[in-house]
Amino acid sequence: MAASAGVAVALVPSGFAALRAQQVPIRVGFPVPLTGPYGAEAKDQVRAAQLAIAEFNESGGLKGRKAELLVRDDKLNPGEAVTRTLELIESYKVDSIVGGLSASVQLSINNVTKERKVLFNSISQSDVINEAQDFSIYTFHEALNPHMTTGAVGRYVFPRFGKRVVFLAPDYAYGHEMVRGFLSVGRQFNIQVLAQILHPLGATDYSTFFPRIQALKPDLVCICNFGRDQQLSIKQATDFGLKRNARIVVPILLYTARVAAGPKAYEGVIGGTSYYWRLEDTIPSAKTFNDRFRKAYGGAVPSDYGSLGYAGVRTVLEAMRRAGTTDVARVVEAMLGLKYDFYKGPEYYRACDHQAVQSVVIIESKSKDMESPADVFNILHVEQPAQTHLRSCQELGHTA
Amino acid sequence: MTLAPDVLALQLLTGLALGALYALLAIGLSLIFGMLTVVNFAHGAFFMVGAYVGFFLYGLTGSFWASLVGAPLAVGAVGLVVERFLVRPLYGRGLDYPLLLTFGLAYVLVEIVRILFGKQGLPFDTPEALSGAVDVWVGYFPLYRLFVIGAAAAATLAVWLFIDKTSYGLIIRAGARDPVIVRILGIDIARVWLAIFGIGAALAGFAGVLAAPLQGVAPEMGDTVLAEAFVVTVIGGMGSLLGAVVAGLLVGVTISMTSLFAPEMARVCVFALMALVLLVRPQGMFGRAGLLS
Amino acid sequence: MRPLSLALTAQRARDGTDALTRRRVLIAALFLGVFPWLMPYKALAINVLIYGLYAVGFNLLYGYLGMLSFGHAAFFGTGAYGCGIVVARWGKPWFLAIPAGVFSAAVVALAIGYLAIRTRGIYFAMVTLALAQCVYYVFFQAESLTGGENGLRGVNVRSISLPGVSLNLLRPTTKYYFILFFVVVALWIVSRILASPFGAVIEAIREREARARACGYNVAAFKLITFVVSGALCGLAGALNAIHLSTVPIESLVYETSGLAVIMSLLGGTGTFFGPFVGAAAFLLIQDLTALWTEHWQLIAGAVYMIFVLFFPRGIWGSVLEWLYR
Repeated sequence: MAASAGVAVALVPSGFAALRAQQVPIRVGFPVPLTGPYGAEAKDQVRAAQLAIAEFNESGGLKGRKAELLVRDDKLNPGEAVTRTLELIESYKVDSIVGGLSASVQLSINNVTKERKVLFNSISQSDVINEAQDFSIYTFHEALNPHMTTGAVGRYVFPRFGKRVVFLAPDYAYGHEMVRGFLSVGRQFNIQVLAQILHPLGATDYSTFFPRIQALKPDLVCICNFGRDQQLSIKQATDFGLKRNARIVVPILLYTARVAAGPKAYEGVIGGTSYYWRLEDTIPSAKTFNDRFRKAYGGAVPSDYGSLGYAGVRTVLEAMRRAGTTDVARVVEAMLGLKYDFYKGPEYYRACDHQAVQSVVIIESKSKDMESPADVFNILHVEQPAQTHLRSCQELGHTA
Repeated sequence: MTLAPDVLALQLLTGLALGALYALLAIGLSLIFGMLTVVNFAHGAFFMVGAYVGFFLYGLTGSFWASLVGAPLAVGAVGLVVERFLVRPLYGRGLDYPLLLTFGLAYVLVEIVRILFGKQGLPFDTPEALSGAVDVWVGYFPLYRLFVIGAAAAATLAVWLFIDKTSYGLIIRAGARDPVIVRILGIDIARVWLAIFGIGAALAGFAGVLAAPLQGVAPEMGDTVLAEAFVVTVIGGMGSLLGAVVAGLLVGVTISMTSLFAPEMARVCVFALMALVLLVRPQGMFGRAGLLS
Repeated sequence: MRPLSLALTAQRARDGTDALTRRRVLIAALFLGVFPWLMPYKALAINVLIYGLYAVGFNLLYGYLGMLSFGHAAFFGTGAYGCGIVVARWGKPWFLAIPAGVFSAAVVALAIGYLAIRTRGIYFAMVTLALAQCVYYVFFQAESLTGGENGLRGVNVRSISLPGVSLNLLRPTTKYYFILFFVVVALWIVSRILASPFGAVIEAIREREARARACGYNVAAFKLITFVVSGALCGLAGALNAIHLSTVPIESLVYETSGLAVIMSLLGGTGTFFGPFVGAAAFLLIQDLTALWTEHWQLIAGAVYMIFVLFFPRGIWGSVLEWLYR
């Protein structure tokens, strides 16, 4: 359909090209895993992204040109994500891709957009996407990465809760990166690593690890997994009484996972996040964003990953508006020039790897004094954005 | 790495609790396969539905015991309906068709649960009376896991008594060996098969509700468990009750022991074990040779 | 047991009396030539080519020899990684990479087949599943070579220089025809095999193994050769997929991918030449279209499979054939 439209347009004399630009909306492709275990996060991302689109259109678009969001289900499968990205690029000629909710999915989308010179704003955690080998000049990384997250969490917990640490991590890139991040920050505090235990990705029973962990008598147990793995391992650690003598720390404490697992299992667990809605108590842009979200979606508050959908789309549209065009080279330039505070305080993209330099919020899960069902964390600390908290450009292999 | 014997003992106990659940699932699979020659790909979905029914009943009645009884009954009823209206038309058409049908059914059941209860997993707290850890001489062990071992053992015993000691069981055993003769003797074999499918499904549901306090409930919870249950069934020998129990415990202990020494290898070890067993003894540990060849 | 009408079809195929059968590769090539314009978008059409070939390769073993494997992801994945590693890690051109993928898949098939053909029935299915899981584990762990869970990125074949022409694979249509060329060659090979005495023997083994053995055929050798050819075809599908996606996801090796071959073949009609291809197309289309208008697409997909099993047990193409030869 779109292909035939393209053919028809090509036949029209070039003088009409400018007119066509007025009529065709700016298209943002949005592949996220609507089905599967992260369906809840993905749905929230879509809602937040649509908010960014609506705001852009209400405020006049790009010289009157409106934006639209093309949502696709990537099924959490890199092959499907590539197929859908190709569809979005080849059939719909999207001006940008925003999305991805797992490292493997975002890296495979990145590979496609890099080859085809399409702007991509990635909104899930990965260290590899910053590294020179996968770097694409057209790719930005709005999400945190494991190094930043673990760094902030480590700087908070190691001086406060003890130095005897056990790591429990899933045996894949995400887990390895998280452990590496914790070890890197741990060196500054002379932590003592009692054990690094790897578990298979997607395990349902973690009980087999706990007798050994208990015998090691750690102060801190860093559980470096994600999603359902995190819910299960924390719940089972609680059942085994691990919290009696040790504190459980996770790199990313997910809002949706905490809501799903209930207050009891997560009680007292400390972790990091890119965003928690209670930031609105201190940050005006968070308040604005939450209020718009509440108004649009019946009083619900945005989740951490959800708000990344908003930020990912809004930065791209803002850059297009500043560049005055959707021409990719000029939009990239405008992205690098952005100093923005859209929902969580000041942010900007670092030049060498296009990583969003931003704050990390340290939170603790609570089971008492909850003012509403959404009130699940206490904010312990907000680590302000600083380039020194990122791996250096040289370390990542960038020459610039 | 030096290991204290008490850590090993606790690890063994953990493995047994894990194995007990595998055994329950494998018994159901094995019964259905051994009697009906149906490879039930919906078994993981039955497990998941059991957990959700348990969740629903727990919320409704506030009693874990009610959900422990109600979930297997409800899933058993689902099993009866499935056998009667979906699987029965396929008998005599070979192995493939029931397999594909139950594969499709698993999709449908998972999606129905997603529509009813949402995509996100839900919390399932350990019942108050069974929470906490108890001193088991070598150290502290979660009470609920001991309960899982006990409950699984009781259910297994009940199934074994039913099949080995009652007159219904005699018919079932005869039906597995030679359905034609049983039919000639004037017994309605279709009803036996119906019952077996129901019992198998109910056992999966029971395992599901037992597992719920360990892992919460989630629509995808049946997926991983299905593969593991198949492995257990195959190692034990398709159609063998004893095999399902022994292999279930063996796999549970294998996982817990590899978790101690090489955790990341825990899952592949199970598959390697299966390959090994099958290459040495193609019909599994306790299976009859020549089945479905 | 195969339905009689299908056995008849096979009979006609060998007699070469049936026009559809005699020109099946030509017909397939012509149809696939216009196929991209029948699909919603090109990348999906390419997926159909690749998964169609994958299912055809699987069906050689399952539909024609009667051995149900749950481990064909091992060959699809090995083919993809074999091709991908040669391009992405060693920087070698595509004309070395694709054969490398096929060859490595064939080697893995030889090893798995050698062990697995000692078993039969459901146990064969389970041994292949278990060994395929071991293959998955090896590739998952070899992170420096395969990228582990992140997948292998950078399998970028942008353009292809042939004497006189240069093909730009970033153009979807060009990529489609490039891949179609390999698929048609593979279909031609399968067609030749099935029409040869070798094809007659493997169908004889499927119908009655003991009798085939009594006729003096070395059944084990026939099984192993078919297994390896089937694996190599699936390896080719994998290698083409690596070039199509320009990445190799670790999901290529998971057991769900093995299950895909079974489902696609059954949906289309096992033991028929076109069935697996039709099944792959139907499966991917159902998934793609339903996913566009509902997030509960699995409900519809699952229901469609059940309806097919209950009411069209010969699969889509099998039912068409039955109707044609009624």
